[in-house]
Amino acid sequence: MTVETAPEQERIGTGAGGSAWATIRRGLSLTPEFRKGLVGTLALAVVATIGKIIVPIAVQQTIDTGIGDGAPDMPYITRAVVLCAAAVILTALASYLMNVRLYKATESSLATLRVRGFRHVHDLSVLTQNTERRGALVSRVTNDIDQISTFMQWGGLMIIVAFGQLFVASVLMVIYSWQLTLLVWICFIPLLIALPRFQRWLSRAYTVVRERTGDMLAAVSESVVGAAVIRAYATERRTAERIDKSVDANKAAQVRAQTIVGFVFPLTEIVAAVAIAGIVVLGVRLGVSGDITAGQLIAFLFLITLFVSPLQTATEVLNEAQNAVAGWRRILGVIDTPADVADPGDDGVELPRGPISVAFEQVHFAYPGGPPVLRELSVGIQPRSRIAVVGETGSGKTTFAKLLTRLMDPVEGRVTIDGHDLRAVRFSSLRARIVMVPQDGFLFDGTLEENVRYGKPAATRAEIQLALTELGLADWLDGLPAGLDTPVGQRGESLSAGERQLVALARAYLADPDLLLLDEATSAVDPATEVRLARALEGVTRGRTAVSIAHRLSTAENADEVLVFDGGRLVQRGPHAELVAEPGVYADMHASWVSAAHS
Amino acid sequence: MWKIRHWKETHRVANKVTSAVMRQGLRVLGVAVRAEKAVFASAVVASALYGGMTVASAWALGWATQNVIIPTFGKGEIAAGALWTGVLLIIGTALLKSIGIAGRRIFAGVMQYRMQARSRRDVTKQYLRLPLAWHQRHPTGQLLANASSDAEAAWAPLAPLPMAVGVVVMLVTAAVGMLFTDLVLALVGFLVFPAIAVLNLVYQRRLSPLVTRAQQLRAEVSEIAHESFDGALVVKTLGREDLEAERFRRRAHELRDANVAVGRVRGLFDPMLEALPTLGVLAVLGVGAMRLSTGDIVSGQLVQVAYLFTLLSFPIRALGWVLAELPRSVVGWTRVQSVLEAEGSMVYGEETPGRDEPATLAVSDVSYSYGETEVLHDVTFDLPPGRTVALVGPTGSGKSTLVQLLVRLVDPDTGRVLLDGTDLRELAYGKLAESVALVPQQTFLFDDTVRGNVALDLPMPDEQVWAALRVAQADGFVSGLGAGLDTRVGERGTSLSGGQRQRLALARAIARRPRLLILDDATSSVDPQVEARILYGLRDRAEASTVVVVAYRLATIALADEVVYLDRGRVEDRGTHQELLERCPGYRNLVTAYEREEAVRAALDADAALGLEETEVSA
Repeated sequence: MTVETAPEQERIGTGAGGSAWATIRRGLSLTPEFRKGLVGTLALAVVATIGKIIVPIAVQQTIDTGIGDGAPDMPYITRAVVLCAAAVILTALASYLMNVRLYKATESSLATLRVRGFRHVHDLSVLTQNTERRGALVSRVTNDIDQISTFMQWGGLMIIVAFGQLFVASVLMVIYSWQLTLLVWICFIPLLIALPRFQRWLSRAYTVVRERTGDMLAAVSESVVGAAVIRAYATERRTAERIDKSVDANKAAQVRAQTIVGFVFPLTEIVAAVAIAGIVVLGVRLGVSGDITAGQLIAFLFLITLFVSPLQTATEVLNEAQNAVAGWRRILGVIDTPADVADPGDDGVELPRGPISVAFEQVHFAYPGGPPVLRELSVGIQPRSRIAVVGETGSGKTTFAKLLTRLMDPVEGRVTIDGHDLRAVRFSSLRARIVMVPQDGFLFDGTLEENVRYGKPAATRAEIQLALTELGLADWLDGLPAGLDTPVGQRGESLSAGERQLVALARAYLADPDLLLLDEATSAVDPATEVRLARALEGVTRGRTAVSIAHRLSTAENADEVLVFDGGRLVQRGPHAELVAEPGVYADMHASWVSAAHS
Repeated sequence: MWKIRHWKETHRVANKVTSAVMRQGLRVLGVAVRAEKAVFASAVVASALYGGMTVASAWALGWATQNVIIPTFGKGEIAAGALWTGVLLIIGTALLKSIGIAGRRIFAGVMQYRMQARSRRDVTKQYLRLPLAWHQRHPTGQLLANASSDAEAAWAPLAPLPMAVGVVVMLVTAAVGMLFTDLVLALVGFLVFPAIAVLNLVYQRRLSPLVTRAQQLRAEVSEIAHESFDGALVVKTLGREDLEAERFRRRAHELRDANVAVGRVRGLFDPMLEALPTLGVLAVLGVGAMRLSTGDIVSGQLVQVAYLFTLLSFPIRALGWVLAELPRSVVGWTRVQSVLEAEGSMVYGEETPGRDEPATLAVSDVSYSYGETEVLHDVTFDLPPGRTVALVGPTGSGKSTLVQLLVRLVDPDTGRVLLDGTDLRELAYGKLAESVALVPQQTFLFDDTVRGNVALDLPMPDEQVWAALRVAQADGFVSGLGAGLDTRVGERGTSLSGGQRQRLALARAIARRPRLLILDDATSSVDPQVEARILYGLRDRAEASTVVVVAYRLATIALADEVVYLDRGRVEDRGTHQELLERCPGYRNLVTAYEREEAVRAALDADAALGLEETEVSA
């Protein structure tokens, strides 16, 4: 396998360009479920928010009618309290409905986005997929979406509630006294201005925490994944030191972030207390001049509490908002990355099944920004022929396989099957007719049967059994503890590398393609088994076209024709017997193979 | 998939805040409190200050109402002295409260993160201490989770714990304060606050199974995405994108439904928890007005109690937060404990093997089993010093297990492995590693520089590192890396190809100048030509050593002085390659598979040619 570095390959977007608003708008435009009924939800939110000022109003009414000249107006107060209680229950109901609607809308829309992103990752070309680590791709459809979800259901709601709360409180305040309202705002405005700065500190601190956590997890995993090597080299102490260092660095970063929160969080309390003291001082002066009643003044003290919680949580909310926007960018980055090797879909050609012929016409390929790896390749493969492809690492043989299976498209020229340009053939048709068995036999966590069935979802157990028998694997299967029901483990890890390749081969064979392409597909199998397998394959591929990227001499010897690649060019082709007789790349390779095998 | 099982287990064990879980959870908290007494005490003191000052701030407001506001509106003039006292009380209590909040948060964080770090260090120490056989019995993913998410979950309730303690202080102070203020108003409080607490309990009991289920599904969704993206090439080459999308969609929709179910419960209880204290304030106002009219209280007291209700309604939920974290905490703690309590370790002796000449190794009557299945039966052979021996056998014959015994990654059930005549079990810790180096089949690189990966903890001049890299045929690509020996490789470093990684692992072994070098199919990803150069380099090295190679390739076997042929866990034969070819059918069958294949084919081709001629003749 060659290491593919693709410096200028179309990378999966990070959506770094564009404002946060543009990102959110684009995100919402992709999720109709969220917009549907949004007006109703917002209306409920308004009702729920208005509920917050019931208590201050009730306090004002009680004080102003309850004290002063003699006996309080009890019937009036009772009526007011009952009315307010009804209003509280009503707003609680509104709040419940709003919550449920919000959860439903956000979760449905995010599920849609998640599934769409997931599907699109599979639609991206292999090259594009390889520009990003698998874990990062996974997080785009998991953690990043979860972050949006947390924000929409808590932070986003807090923003709406906070603004609503500050607004209705301010309106009521202005009705009671514009002078005191002004005072309250003068007290809180410096805090509002400082909040984004606090949030930046916090966000930086959390970024450090995330990095340290990553380091810590990497260090911890060494003690598990590297257990054998650590013991064999007696490096327990060194490993422990490295782990301890990373664990402590992580702890220090967490404590630091927590300390910032610890200092920022109570600031609101102090500002609120200053505002309350100011209200008392200014309020009694206004009271003396008759501009305000005692009830109104006391109601102000209650109204201040409505300022505290939005501002206390503001840094956290802002932080979450930032994360959510980042999450949105990353999921949109996936969805907006064009699938550069695209399925023509319904416009494409559907080819009938049957023997398949392939032609490469003046094909040229280079990885983006890299030197050409395949030049001016023109070659035809006859139906039903068995082809072996040989060449050193980096000769272009793997590229040849990827172009033939349309994992990539040529930069120039075209590849055709049965005379049709591959780019015009529907994926459903193409994948049914041409199947590649890659070198790394990746298996899904499940039983052996399930993995073989992946090649043909409708296959019965008997068919699967038959396929394995036809490949000469019945003895091997019988030797397994639970036969077809043997669990293969995560990524097939319970089986040996060679056994994984056997299952991968059976899976491809069951798919019953017209052209089977083996990319060093039996490299990890022991020699005796490999020879048996080669013989069986010869039988089962009769009548089909078979292309093998060869890593062993015998494969090339048995082929109808050998394609020899060197430095990105097809330098020789013909049957083994002819090629070995003429001086050239193949004869040299053959000589070194023979000497290796017989020395 | 283990993760899913992991979560299912969580689901079963801890979906309810039962009294048993509560008791266990409190015990876990007790462990933390004992471990971090000073920090916990500081957090509690700070939180108590916060709780007391919250009540005090309501009292200050009541005082200001009674002594400043009401007199002013009554008499029409300001009592300046009382006014400034009121201002001082309000700001003073707020300052103390803020100090309490900051202290509570910071100390709670310190305690939580310290305990997490402690668990992580302890767990990984166990991982390093426990024998490899223990590791082989536990899935990798589970062990990683024990050190990360379980250690985190175990101590999660420590974050809200001090606040909860503060809230208790707050409630007690408030209750006492209200009793002194007015019995009737206190009665309203005694009805409302227990109601909030009970509602909270019901809330958490309803919520926690739903949250657990959502977490479980989140793990499953992530697992599917991981697996599916890892297998992207297979998905693509078989055209199974739709199938995968459907698999993912089903689980993603289950997650959506689970999250909506969580939302329903939250949506129901949160407004109730908010409405209840509000209704309490209204009740206070109604009842208070009546008490005012009968002259039992003054307006300042009414304001004070009403304000107290407003302030208490939110913090009282902290009790619920601790409760909500307890089930997860118990599960996390139990898992961490099961690692910490795992028994068994390698016992080392005192012996020190020699240092200079190549080692002699003898395996005598060794048997080894995985569980019930014996995979090695009475294996006996010896490795004379300075010789290169190939260990050959079909897949599953026990080669890798045998290799693990040779470097004492595991101990035999019966029999002995002797290095220079000393049982491996009698060697002192670290002594075996000084003499013997293994290059395992699965390459493992540390998240470190090239130098760090080769030298590990041995002090080693760069020339020695380069020399080892040269023998391993790795000097070429290493000098091509951006920072040479200082280039970071491994999990989070520069990505290397399989062959390059194998060559670094080989250099690591060579750099220690081992007296016995064991290569377990360690060059499988290396080009044959490069492999040949490596093997010649090993043979021609200045420091001679005994070498064991596990191999299939004839070229590799050919470099060995002798072959030990292993089949189904037994040594079937031993001798030179030539001798075994002649007398051991199993061996012949295995190593000459390709040649025989050629021969058979040649014969078939000849037959076919003959047949063709015959056809021509008959035509």
